[in-house]
Amino acid sequence: MAKATFRIWRGDAKGGRFEDYTTEVVPGMVVLDAIHEIQATQANDLAVRWNCKAGKCGSCSAEINGLPRLMCMTRLSQLSLDKPVTVEPMRSFPLIKDLATDLSWNFRLKGSIKPFKPRPPDAPDGTWRMDQADVDRVQEFRKCIECFLCQDVCHVLRDHQLFDEFIGPRFLVHAASLEMHPLDIEDRREELRKAQGIGYCNITKCCTKVCPEEIKITDNAIIPLKERVVDQFYDPLARLLRVFRGNRSG
Amino acid sequence: MDALGATQRRGFGQTLRRDLWWVQPVVVFLGLSAFVVYATWAALQGDHYRFGPYLSPFYSPELFGDPLHAWLGAKPSWYPGWLIFSPAIFILWAPGGFRLTCYYYRGAYYKAFWADPPSCSVGEPRQRYRGERSFPLILQNVHRYFLYLALVFLVILAHDAWDAMWFDGKFGIGVGTLVLTTNVILLGGYTLGCHSLRHLVGGFMDRLSRSPVRRQAYACVSCLNAAHMKWAWMSLFWVAFSDLYVRLCAMGVWKDWRIL
Repeated sequence: MAKATFRIWRGDAKGGRFEDYTTEVVPGMVVLDAIHEIQATQANDLAVRWNCKAGKCGSCSAEINGLPRLMCMTRLSQLSLDKPVTVEPMRSFPLIKDLATDLSWNFRLKGSIKPFKPRPPDAPDGTWRMDQADVDRVQEFRKCIECFLCQDVCHVLRDHQLFDEFIGPRFLVHAASLEMHPLDIEDRREELRKAQGIGYCNITKCCTKVCPEEIKITDNAIIPLKERVVDQFYDPLARLLRVFRGNRSG
Repeated sequence: MDALGATQRRGFGQTLRRDLWWVQPVVVFLGLSAFVVYATWAALQGDHYRFGPYLSPFYSPELFGDPLHAWLGAKPSWYPGWLIFSPAIFILWAPGGFRLTCYYYRGAYYKAFWADPPSCSVGEPRQRYRGERSFPLILQNVHRYFLYLALVFLVILAHDAWDAMWFDGKFGIGVGTLVLTTNVILLGGYTLGCHSLRHLVGGFMDRLSRSPVRRQAYACVSCLNAAHMKWAWMSLFWVAFSDLYVRLCAMGVWKDWRIL
């Protein structure tokens, strides 16, 4: 039976190091299977967060050979096993232990985004009518599983640590899903520009590359939001048109 | 928030990635550098930009220059004597600005020229970062105005391609005709797939279904936008090649074969 070596980060907030574990591998295995095997047979105290093993819960986010990925969706057949496979926690977030990081910043941040605010009901029975075509655009954003790989890879957070000034790709997607919703009438552009720091995004598209749900984060969420911010604050012609036509967002 | 509890910030170029992450930024660096060098050289030549019915896209529209063809006549009297004169100088800033502020190119050259970041999850050289939030990069928000100019240029270049089908008043097709027509098609694919255009034709609306024309336009622009990077590179290469083709024909190095 074939064997492979996994170089896993072991440690906590005080410090740590990579440790090598060699285990048997079989066809069809994913990295999370190997981590579980190592946990069961060699390192019972290895901390790893996981749940569905189907790429839908977003729990097993880590960095595999330097790239943010879901461990449960990374097949060993996709990796070169000639050298040790490195598995480390998401570098952008505080480490709790081994592969488990503290993601609470993300959940606190979500509460700071203006919530959904629907227009008055369309029908007397208090319901609304939406065209499927209008919903399709925001439907893509609803695929997000909140694995936070996009937050992890974003260099504004990862390298520059602007956690107090930039909400990151995940929450720009969340803001886009609200801002573009056909029923929503809230205006989030001022916050996007200032407190949420959309201008920090320099369109590297790394968030799009690592998204396991293949959401076109940059093209379909961030850039359209940037353009809406331009409409409101940086386009004198748009301002002039608003004087004559009012603030139309359709 | 205290980040990076696990491991320290990585230095410039440091990563655990095993793939050839540096290839893409190097290719982008070389590709864009080569284009800028060639375009600058070609724009400053001020000669060999017209051959028969063909006009180099670097020199179109010819505002000042050849009195027989230029829209506004010969070199203007107010033009500084110490400055190199070329018809391209008057116009190239517009398509240049369009590409410089393009969302795709921004992401590409921030990586390739500023290493900000060099590639995804690769360490950066600088700690300080201001992004596009303040001067000078906040000026990138002018992109839609360059788009308006680029759309005008597209019409002019389409007219040039039409002109390239008429040889001494008779219809014909030469290799140059195909080169200039391909140039317009590729530039059209790039310009009409622009992120700002996508927003302006309908992206700004939340209920596109109420405007069928806008909805269709949004769908068309979105379709082109999905391959914006490919259109950007193909059109960049081809516009330079179009200039080179006309230039070498005008210099007598290449012969323009007539097909019809």
